[in-house]
Amino acid sequence: MTAMCDVAFLLLTFFMLATKFKPDEPVVVKTPSSISDIVIPDNSILLTVDPSGKVFFDYDNKKAKAILIEKVNTEKQLNLTEAEKESFKRGASFGLPFNQMKAYLSIDPINQKSYPFTGIPIDTTYTPALNELAYWVQSARIAGQETGHPPRICIKCDAGTAYPKVKDVIKTLTKNDILRFNLVTTLEAIPDGTAAAVEHAEKEKAASQNKPATH
Amino acid sequence: MAEIDTSGGGKKKGPGVKKGKKLSTRIDLTPMVDLGFLLITFFIFTTTMSKPKTMEINMPVDIKDTTTKAKDYCTMTILLSQQHRVYYYVGLADDPMHPPKVEVTYFQNRNGIRDAIIQHKKNVDEEKMNGMPGHIPTDKPVILIKPDINSQYEDMVNILDEMKINDMPIYAMIDITPVDQGYIKATEEANAGGPK
Repeated sequence: MTAMCDVAFLLLTFFMLATKFKPDEPVVVKTPSSISDIVIPDNSILLTVDPSGKVFFDYDNKKAKAILIEKVNTEKQLNLTEAEKESFKRGASFGLPFNQMKAYLSIDPINQKSYPFTGIPIDTTYTPALNELAYWVQSARIAGQETGHPPRICIKCDAGTAYPKVKDVIKTLTKNDILRFNLVTTLEAIPDGTAAAVEHAEKEKAASQNKPATH
Repeated sequence: MAEIDTSGGGKKKGPGVKKGKKLSTRIDLTPMVDLGFLLITFFIFTTTMSKPKTMEINMPVDIKDTTTKAKDYCTMTILLSQQHRVYYYVGLADDPMHPPKVEVTYFQNRNGIRDAIIQHKKNVDEEKMNGMPGHIPTDKPVILIKPDINSQYEDMVNILDEMKINDMPIYAMIDITPVDQGYIKATEEANAGGPK
């Protein structure tokens, strides 16, 4: 029994240390699959697009989020309290226009998830002054720069989203000189007999050949 | 492990001294193990062990002048349309008198868009060496991706993935033009009337 107890707690310790909790997501998004195996970068801005085209914003950097909400609060005159700023810092993905931010942040964090999100408005001028998504992204990049971790931008979009909705999000980025970004996908196997499969096999071979040399 | 030696250290008690009842200090560990495994289960279910995967994409800069035009025979245009249909044609299609031969296919492993891309790559490799005016050996196949308004995000990711699968060096995702939309419409009409 003692040994079993030891094992149980050893595993428990491992899982506690290795765990990163699943982030709360306001919408369920089924991403398409690709052969790309690049892991999502740390400190990234995550733009979630649901099947109806609503855009949600999330930033995986609490320090930068604190700077970001200060900036947004002053520039957009949201009159947020300290508690509401704290709520933003700890909060998950949201998709709201500026005029609803205060109402959203003032409610209890447990109820925030069920808030009727309308998505961050995207204006087709794509300038940060009018396009709220562009404003969020630009401000978050500045905030990230201040913390020393310039963020990469990831788009997590549902496979069934109509292309024009995705195009609006991509245009918002490209018109603001963000030309390199990541698309979140699920991994799928490389089809046999293609150029990528050959390349992959060569890489594997090179890796296995290099191994004995390092010993 | 979880017990203390209570044997009394060998000191003998005298004959009249009553021995106190020895209490066991062994603890029943079962509830503790139960709790341990319960917590493990909780952490297993809440954990995201593998981080999500992403694909990187580089968008072209919006340049108005088209001085760096791709060569006619190198260029393949892929149009994404409704119901995961893919239309493609080779050439720049800048001559309204000679519209390109537009083909329709799907994202399938055999005889799909992948084979068309591989074929195009092969054709360019052969044609660049044939010494025709404008054909130089350093020419590379170029693919222009134009998703139509009724295509889905999945199609876009799939076609970008095909670029990676087939190791295409140059490709760009650009807006669809009314001319290309016209090609789709014409092809659809031809297909609807043709086989009947």
